Amino acid sequence: MTGVRPPFGGPRHSLHIVSGKGGTGKTTVATALAYALATRGRRILVCEVEGRQGIAEVFGVAPLNGSEERRVTRTPAGGDVFGLAVDAEDALLEYLETFYHLGLAGRALDKFGAVDFATSIAPGLRDVLLTGKVYEAVRRKTRNRPNAYDAVVLDAPPTGRIAAFLNVHAAVSGLAKMGPIRGQADSIMQVLRSARTVVHFVTLLEDMPVSETEEAVAALRPTGIRVGTIVENMVSRMPLRPAELAAAAAGQVALNVPGWSMAQNAALAEEFAVEAAQAAEQQIRHDRLRTLGLPLAQLDFDPAGIDAAALVNVARQLGAQLDLEVGS
Amino acid sequence: MTGPFLDIDRIIGDRQTKIVICCGSGGVGKTTTSAALAVRAAEAGRAVVVLTIDPAKRLAQSLGLGELDNSPRPVRQLDTAAGGRLDAMMLDMKRTFDDVVISQSRPDKAAAILQNPFYEALSSSFSGTQEYMAMEKLGQLHAQGRWDLIVVDTPPARSALDFLDAPEHLSSLLDGRFLRLLLAPARGPLRLMSVGFNLVSSAMDKVLGGQVISDVKTFVTAFEALFGGFRTRAEQTLQLLSSSHTAFLVVATPQRDALREAAYFVDRLVEERMPFAGVVLNRVHSSSLDVSADRARALAEDLDPNESGLEIEALRRHAKLMRIIDVERRLIARFASNRPTIAETRIQALPTDVTDLESLRRVGASMAQPD
Repeated sequence: MTGVRPPFGGPRHSLHIVSGKGGTGKTTVATALAYALATRGRRILVCEVEGRQGIAEVFGVAPLNGSEERRVTRTPAGGDVFGLAVDAEDALLEYLETFYHLGLAGRALDKFGAVDFATSIAPGLRDVLLTGKVYEAVRRKTRNRPNAYDAVVLDAPPTGRIAAFLNVHAAVSGLAKMGPIRGQADSIMQVLRSARTVVHFVTLLEDMPVSETEEAVAALRPTGIRVGTIVENMVSRMPLRPAELAAAAAGQVALNVPGWSMAQNAALAEEFAVEAAQAAEQQIRHDRLRTLGLPLAQLDFDPAGIDAAALVNVARQLGAQLDLEVGS
Repeated sequence: MTGPFLDIDRIIGDRQTKIVICCGSGGVGKTTTSAALAVRAAEAGRAVVVLTIDPAKRLAQSLGLGELDNSPRPVRQLDTAAGGRLDAMMLDMKRTFDDVVISQSRPDKAAAILQNPFYEALSSSFSGTQEYMAMEKLGQLHAQGRWDLIVVDTPPARSALDFLDAPEHLSSLLDGRFLRLLLAPARGPLRLMSVGFNLVSSAMDKVLGGQVISDVKTFVTAFEALFGGFRTRAEQTLQLLSSSHTAFLVVATPQRDALREAAYFVDRLVEERMPFAGVVLNRVHSSSLDVSADRARALAEDLDPNESGLEIEALRRHAKLMRIIDVERRLIARFASNRPTIAETRIQALPTDVTDLESLRRVGASMAQPD
């Protein structure tokens, strides 16, 4: 991994964007990363933009509404994780209020259906509003601290949409050649392209998610937004030598558990062959991802699925492998 | 088995079933399930078309198609002994949208719409466009009458059943006061509201800039007539979907998140009185070896690593598999206990990716079999 440790032991990046194909564990990784980043005295914000209430679900708290930034957990290390579910319409109203002091007119706009209209018919606008809210949280100042949050983690749209979602410049270019929305998009883009921002991809070691990861990395390249780590999720490790693995995968291994019948041993061998074949396939996908030349992290497969305890386990694994990200 | 068995063969064998819709959250295997169903129905003798949204390239290959474009392509190497056939197509939302514009408006008007920057944005990236266009395409395929069964793989919905909401959302946009004000701010009784409108209008000007507003006006004016047709057709399709000729399947994997979303889908379908048939649980693990996780782990501990290294590893893997089976069983039981009348069927987890017709057949067979 390149780069220097940040001064004062802060997190290396102040905006972590987490994407991945649906079903790869994007929300788990985003929330676990926020948890890992929340070391002593730090305040970390984790945001979602797709209205799924995944953050509230993972932390087992009541749904996050509108523009509410609520503490969802305090880590044993002494940091705080806040959650935010960004909603485009709320963001537009807040944006109008902040930048134009359109309190009354803003509410009138909403009443006339203009907010729904604007966010529906001008699709780029929706993404600008969502990223804009995240941008605002990244840059927010507060009393007694340089930043309101030491880092912001964004549970972003899936790989198929991520480049379009982050490329707010292109999104609004057809809609606004100048004017305030364009200005806003420019500022957002500046932060997204800066060294403070990084995009992580979560993938399973299966063909489709790996292909989508490769495509997303390529799609992001022209935007100038940095890719951080590829997180290989649900990795199934099998500590065998390559020759042993190949033989097992081919079903050429006879097993002999003492006291078992031949039928039982055969059934175990058959099961083992399937697992070995999967492990061998995973290895091929891992090698494919290595050619991207990006840092890779691996998360163990947890058969129990994700709950609060599993989240801590994932956070520990991420913290250990992304030590530069987390900082001291 | 926790709920009643969802008999897939009865559904696809019933000639009255004209449409099967597979919905579910992203990554649960909707596309594979749809394709497997379509293959099974076609080989059982039906004339089937499968409409898929963004399939993996390898799935297109598995159907024997080098490429899927916006029109149905015949799937070869199918067993046609029963007299059936199968076409497959992938939705290209921009092209579908363009085709509608071209077919529904005068050439000069169509050209004006196609060049408008808002149309460009609306047709290529609007989050609801895919749902509108899936509905549009479904209506078109049905109207063509070339197939007696249409299997639809729905878009990976952001908020559950977006495609059901699409026509209504479109209507609410079109009937919205804002749009009417935008088009004719000073007409009739609406004039009374023009003070409010001026406030709104100047706010929009400030935020978006005047040029944008005028682009929107041009676009909306040109599009107004077209929208009406859209709405009518979307409502007709929706009516077809609510009839007894349609069967909705909710696809889920036995994982916490996927089942939570599936529950939401099911509740929503039932609430909307849609013809919901049941749940397909995809990638369910099983083992033919009746040895518990604890027992396997204990055995592994007792073995000598120098002599039985592979046995130890195999037993550990078996222990892990039994734990997965256990967790899945508990999650499914919890899901079913809240909805005891829901029919379900399971697809066994396959050791490898589904990449050819043969593995689609295996998926279909697993789906059709009660466990």
